[in-house]
Amino acid sequence: MALSSRLAAAESRSRPRGGERGAAAAVLARGVVTSYLGLVVLIPLAALLWRSAASGYDRFVSTVTSPEVLASIQLTILLSLGTTALNALAGTLIAWVLVRDSFPGKRLVDSVIDLPFAIPTVVAGLTLLALYGPRSPIGVDVAYTKAGVGLALLFVTLPFVVRSVQPVLLEMDREVEEAAASLGASGAETFRRIVLPSLLPAILSGASLGFARSLGEFGAVVLISGNVPFRTEVVAVTIFGRVESGDVGGAAVISVVLLLLSGLVLLMTDGLRRWRLVCDG
Amino acid sequence: MSITVDRVSKRFERFQALKEVSLEVPSGSLTALLGPSGSGKSTLLRVIAGLETPDEGEVSIGGERVTHLPPQKRGVGFVFQHYAPFKHMTVWENVAFGLKVRRLPKPEIHRRVRELLELVQLEGWAKHYPSQLSGGQRQRMALARTLAVEPSVLLLDEPFGALDAQVRSDLRRWLRRLHDEIGVTTVLVTHDQEEAMEVADRIAVMHQGRIEQTGMPSEVYDHPESEFVMAFLGRVNRLGGALIRPHDVSILSRPTPGTREAMIERVVHLGFEVRVEMLLGDGSPLCAQLSRDEAAFLDLRQGRIVYVDVGAGRTFEPSQLHRAAS
Repeated sequence: MALSSRLAAAESRSRPRGGERGAAAAVLARGVVTSYLGLVVLIPLAALLWRSAASGYDRFVSTVTSPEVLASIQLTILLSLGTTALNALAGTLIAWVLVRDSFPGKRLVDSVIDLPFAIPTVVAGLTLLALYGPRSPIGVDVAYTKAGVGLALLFVTLPFVVRSVQPVLLEMDREVEEAAASLGASGAETFRRIVLPSLLPAILSGASLGFARSLGEFGAVVLISGNVPFRTEVVAVTIFGRVESGDVGGAAVISVVLLLLSGLVLLMTDGLRRWRLVCDG
Repeated sequence: MSITVDRVSKRFERFQALKEVSLEVPSGSLTALLGPSGSGKSTLLRVIAGLETPDEGEVSIGGERVTHLPPQKRGVGFVFQHYAPFKHMTVWENVAFGLKVRRLPKPEIHRRVRELLELVQLEGWAKHYPSQLSGGQRQRMALARTLAVEPSVLLLDEPFGALDAQVRSDLRRWLRRLHDEIGVTTVLVTHDQEEAMEVADRIAVMHQGRIEQTGMPSEVYDHPESEFVMAFLGRVNRLGGALIRPHDVSILSRPTPGTREAMIERVVHLGFEVRVEMLLGDGSPLCAQLSRDEAAFLDLRQGRIVYVDVGAGRTFEPSQLHRAAS
């Protein structure tokens, strides 16, 4: 049983029970949730949309299709896709090792996985610059290159896939693999036909969260990328640059594009979650 | 095919699960490994399947030594207590799994899966997922999946343990019929002595990593070789060092030489049989089982004094007691 179905079970358990006071409390709770969500998330988003719409259609199109913006959107999407694919692979492998292997220091490694979440992203960027910058102690200088940006994205999105695959692996019944083995399936076949299909929804949902994060990453990237237009400038930095130079309208327009992309990814993630629920039954 | 287990030992960290266990399973038989939890019965089954490697000893199937063969190459079918269904596959795909792995031609796979689903009475459920089946249906699907690869031996690990009583007894009878039909050598692990007596034609009683006794159900019940076997296979009264089954206690209205005085504490009517709970002169409890007619004839009532003959009680050699306890 995966997280989602456990959530569903918990939801049905925590359904409010009868009584007028219960009903009143439910209405109140719903009101608080809606206003909070509105205040913190929805109204600012609406303001952003309003702001970008205020520039008018022509301005919108010309901003989005300007070569510099197009280049930075393209770079961001390509790098995000690449790092997401790489982290999907590495993250699954790390989760596998953490769950199935036992070695000294395993718990330390397990907690290190969360470091990219825990430390401020600018600090992460600075760390990467110190290690892989012009004065690299190991002689690897990727500062101000696409590789550097990719590295920063890999760093900040590493935990997503690991943390979504790990619980699924933990809950996976070893007997299922033993059953496959006794039916004649080799280790590789068991992985491909039995283990991977069970992990795939978790891998994809972790990867899509990581992808959404990569699209908007600023702090970890800004130092190591050098922000060279057409070469290493990512969308988040482009937006920042527009605001800095007083073009708030332009910044809003680009933000809306970023927002649409993130929304799309979120929708996909949700679809995957439903799919997973069907599989788990 | 016959199975031979020769002096197999297996240790898990500090727990000695199997201690020099030897077992012969005749070809075509249905043998039950019976014992309480922790007696090593599941470990023995997993060693035969190749899911565990023994520390010492040898396992042979059909005369061929398989101790170091992986489970894939042993030709055994294994059925788990919790069915181990492939959740992302339909019933049809579950049953077809082993055949697909063997790269059988498609028409052949279709024919075989259809036959098997018919055999386990799941024809209408081919397109459903395991989560949509009941426990009993899931276990039948798991059995069909295992039988699909035509195993030379069938190993069942508490296959009905997670099912409720009615489904359990239905499936037991069904399994016995299935075994008579296809005749594959079967080893069944269970902690339920009734299940073992009902289904198996041979029983190996296990206790603390050893096999205490092997034989036909009537043999192990009527001629237990150790106190443990006698106590595990049915209810017993303990009188000092002797053990006696409730149905071997005779109740008389008048004293005769060798009988002991007892007072009836409770008379429990259980349909055809009647259970009489008594207290002996020295205060120790004694339970007797007799038929309804016998009880009526003796006019057994609470508070009455009767005379019991416990001469059929058995004592076991201390060496066996010691062995059972070690």
